[in-house]
Amino acid sequence: MTRKQRRLTMIGGAGVVLVIAAALVLNALRDSIVFFSTPQMVAEHPVPPGKRFRLGGVVETGSLQRGDKLAVSFVVADGSAKVPVSYQGILPDLFREGQGVVAEGALDAAGVFKADTVLAKHDETYMPREVADSLKKQGHWKDDYAKKPGAGSSANANAEPAAQGATQ
Amino acid sequence: MIAETGHYALVLALALALIQSLVPMIGAKLRDPALMNVARSTAVAQLLFVGASFVALVLVHVGSDFSVANVFENSHSQKPLLYKITGVWGNHEGSMLLWVAILALFGGLVAIFGSNLPLSLRAHVLAVQGWIATAFYLFILLTSNPFLRLAEVPVEGRDLNPILQDIGLAIHPPMLYLGYVGFSISFSFAVAALIEGRVDAAWARWVRPWTLMAWVFLTLGIAMGSYWAYYELGWGGWWFWDPVENASLMPWLAGTALLHSALVMEKRNALKIWTILLSILTFSLSLLGTFLVRSGVLTSVHAFATDPSRGVFILLILCLFIGGSLTLYAWRASSLKQGGLFAPISREGSLVLNNLFLTTACATVFVGTLYPLALEVLTGDKISVGAPFFNLTFGPLCVPLLLAMPFGPLLAWKRGDLLGAAQRLIAAGLLALFAVALLWAFVHGGSTLAPLAIGLAVFVIVGALVDLVERIALFRVPLGISWRRARGLPRAAWGTAFAHAGIGVALIGIVCESTWNSEYIATMKPNDSAMVGGYEFKLNGLSQRQGPNYREVFASFSVSQQGAVLGTLTPSKRSFATRGMSTSEAALMTRGVSQLYVSLGDLRADGAVAVRIYHKPWVLLIWYGPLLMAFGGLLSLSDRRLRVGAPKPAKAARALQAAE
Repeated sequence: MTRKQRRLTMIGGAGVVLVIAAALVLNALRDSIVFFSTPQMVAEHPVPPGKRFRLGGVVETGSLQRGDKLAVSFVVADGSAKVPVSYQGILPDLFREGQGVVAEGALDAAGVFKADTVLAKHDETYMPREVADSLKKQGHWKDDYAKKPGAGSSANANAEPAAQGATQ
Repeated sequence: MIAETGHYALVLALALALIQSLVPMIGAKLRDPALMNVARSTAVAQLLFVGASFVALVLVHVGSDFSVANVFENSHSQKPLLYKITGVWGNHEGSMLLWVAILALFGGLVAIFGSNLPLSLRAHVLAVQGWIATAFYLFILLTSNPFLRLAEVPVEGRDLNPILQDIGLAIHPPMLYLGYVGFSISFSFAVAALIEGRVDAAWARWVRPWTLMAWVFLTLGIAMGSYWAYYELGWGGWWFWDPVENASLMPWLAGTALLHSALVMEKRNALKIWTILLSILTFSLSLLGTFLVRSGVLTSVHAFATDPSRGVFILLILCLFIGGSLTLYAWRASSLKQGGLFAPISREGSLVLNNLFLTTACATVFVGTLYPLALEVLTGDKISVGAPFFNLTFGPLCVPLLLAMPFGPLLAWKRGDLLGAAQRLIAAGLLALFAVALLWAFVHGGSTLAPLAIGLAVFVIVGALVDLVERIALFRVPLGISWRRARGLPRAAWGTAFAHAGIGVALIGIVCESTWNSEYIATMKPNDSAMVGGYEFKLNGLSQRQGPNYREVFASFSVSQQGAVLGTLTPSKRSFATRGMSTSEAALMTRGVSQLYVSLGDLRADGAVAVRIYHKPWVLLIWYGPLLMAFGGLLSLSDRRLRVGAPKPAKAARALQAAE
């Protein structure tokens, strides 16, 4: 083989691999990505039952109920809409009423969000960024959720959730 | 005083880095050995000053000086000493200081041990190191100064995030940074080669040990982080395809490719331009990783208290270095001469294949990590890309890579004999098929793909050993001769075999854990028992105790198998008053390479407790594999060929050195 032929073989081989990889990526992007919604978005654009998405909002105070076999149910709200959620399993250490949460799962026919994962976040002052963003967009951030007892410095300009509890 | 001294030392280190960035470059232009040698002394001095600064930060943390904001926010007077020290890099400012300290360490090592480098190459390499250091010193001093004082001195600190109060924090970040930052050396060498417009086999021989060292540390750092997440987070997951994990995996994949292409360059003087590009890309991905973790653009389990305003600064550094080096590459790469020829079926060809698959796999991880970010910026849609995406893209790309891996070392340079290699791998193939058949016959449950994946792993492990067996002519000549041959083999050959086998070992662990893992999640009351994976777990009772800076509730489980008591497991739930946080401490019992894992959930008012119990078969292989890989890397690093250094490439360089 001449140098040119060798080079063409190499480039051809590389091209094939890259095309396969691109096909895999596009295929996976179509099937396996999960969209994020807030209760308000669910209310405005109903998600068909069975389609997986991530639901983010604040766990409504007083809504947490525990049943048998680790079944729990609670309500996720974002100030303008609510979605009931049911989950079976152990909630993360930092799951609290009145705090942000992100759950992954799908709606059932009755409109209850069946979560199979409730995301654990590690910082006590943590509000999932998606939740914080959507609350801010709707104007609920400052009034409803940032005023934890004793937290004087709520929602500064860049309102990074992690900075929220600095004065607690 | 200590804090001010540390701050001052950091400013001086910046000044030294500025000198190191400029003077050697001028010296190389003027061919003035004295000016070029400035690089050496400034690199060592810079290391001393940033080292002093780091020690100062450790001292204020150990002394619990809460007048320093960084100590107030991340420490507590009752925190155990170990965590007072590790807490230094358990926060943004301190971890950036560790980052530059390691950068200066590598610069200092090149300065001290690089006496066999041509003077101008060394001057250029250290100058590039100086540029990187300057950028990061500015970043620390302008946006993340760890030595800032508070106007009013608080009585007590706010404590370190409890999840970080673990021995893992002592090991994982330093290891990871030694890996990330270690790739800066190959980057600096690549940029220096582009500036000089000259690159040869000797260059590759200098670059390879540094790359290998960084790769070993990165391998260990990633494995350690994975094990830490596994036992600390309480649900036994060891890899989440979390953006920050991907941020460390990408440089690892590119770095692995770089190791292999540098080999081709060293032996055959081919693939020069590609190797230079890979050096640039690997460190760029390390910088990207730093950006992703430190800027707060991605939500992740790892992004502790990040600040987006700093992100802009790091983004600037990122653009400057990646953009600058790639521009330089585009401008100068064509001036580098093409190297040796080789047939597609050859050792070089197999290494090209390795590079192709590794970089493509790296690219899919890149897409999966950054696509959500790009989509959010462009359309505002928020999506998450999780494990399914990576299983569908990264997974399939690994299969041909692993299938081809045993063939590589069996092919000759320049032109290889594929049929001959295949014949020598027949034993490995048969063993693999045998393993698949056994699993299909005797193990039930789980995916049908699992036995095939294990067969692949067996093929990889046995295939890695075939090369050694062939070379020492095991069973074909008397054992004594084989033994002598084995001792005579270059350590790099042993290193290759260990590292390749390590991949197979890790793969077996991954497949076994994810396929045949059994779990039990329920509430239990004292004297309840549960059967998991053939083991009986009996909850004896719950009690409380006081730790140094937390209170914990712990449960005591007796574990028995077929009536024989094996021991007690005491998982606990700790609550830290200062931050009002609680953590779950899992209890582990190792049985061979399998583990039993118990962690606690919520405590109920009626005395019951939610528990998670797992039996994780062969799970330890997941981390033994990387250990084996790192061991192989170290063996290869100790190879005589790399220790004696490279031959002096040109007379000109020698003449310059004589003038020292």
